[in-house]
Amino acid sequence: MQEKVEIDIRVPNKTRYLRLIGRIGENMAKALEKYGGDREELAYHINLVLTESIANAMLHGNKEDPEKEVHISISLHCGSLNIKVFDQGAGFDMDSLTGPRLDDLDEHGRGIFIIRSLMDKVCYRRLEDGNVLEMVKFLPEEALNNGTISE
Amino acid sequence: MNCDVSEKGAAVLIEVKEERLDAHNSSEFKSQMLSLFEDGKNNLVIDLKGVRFVDSSGLGALVSGFKNATARNGNLKLCGLQPQVKSMFELTRLHRVFEIFPGAEEALASF
Repeated sequence: MQEKVEIDIRVPNKTRYLRLIGRIGENMAKALEKYGGDREELAYHINLVLTESIANAMLHGNKEDPEKEVHISISLHCGSLNIKVFDQGAGFDMDSLTGPRLDDLDEHGRGIFIIRSLMDKVCYRRLEDGNVLEMVKFLPEEALNNGTISE
Repeated sequence: MNCDVSEKGAAVLIEVKEERLDAHNSSEFKSQMLSLFEDGKNNLVIDLKGVRFVDSSGLGALVSGFKNATARNGNLKLCGLQPQVKSMFELTRLHRVFEIFPGAEEALASF
């Protein structure tokens, strides 16, 4: 029987919580019993994608408003990792955040590039009371055959 | 943001004592580097051996430091990159921008 693991977190709109959520994501990767790929690399990538997407939600989505919240949902099911990051703001135009211009040595703009490089599907859409950034990564099937998550 | 700063002849060595360089502390790190530039210290070596995680903000702070250093006819070099951190630089092609050394000794000797 394929197991499904879901983690749902809400945090205040403050960057001090990035470390906590990044660590949770890392621990999920490390808890995979039979993942056949590079576990350390997967852990780092999940930590990174969570950090980048949540920082964007806090800074751009919620406009650094300390009264707002960020809601994160991480789901591991049947060979795919699905991460949703919800903000409560008016939204931002993700497509306008173009990739880094190496020649000009941009100080900004690498976050979205990193997310798109590491995840297989990325979609940002408007909801009734905010927005959601949804990201999916397909994990190697042979790695998850009979895979279980320890607790 | 915790770091040890020491003058080593031609350059200043900054040993970052944080596990993470991310959106939470990268602005502070930028300000710390800026203070050194304003004091006329234009050659920096950033030792990242204690850093196991860097995000795009952390990279942005380092790029900002590099631009400030070179604008002042100095340089900013890196050392002690852990494997996953090094991969970040390769993913974003910044490994072609910074001079990256295995350790502080080699980095300082290059000035």
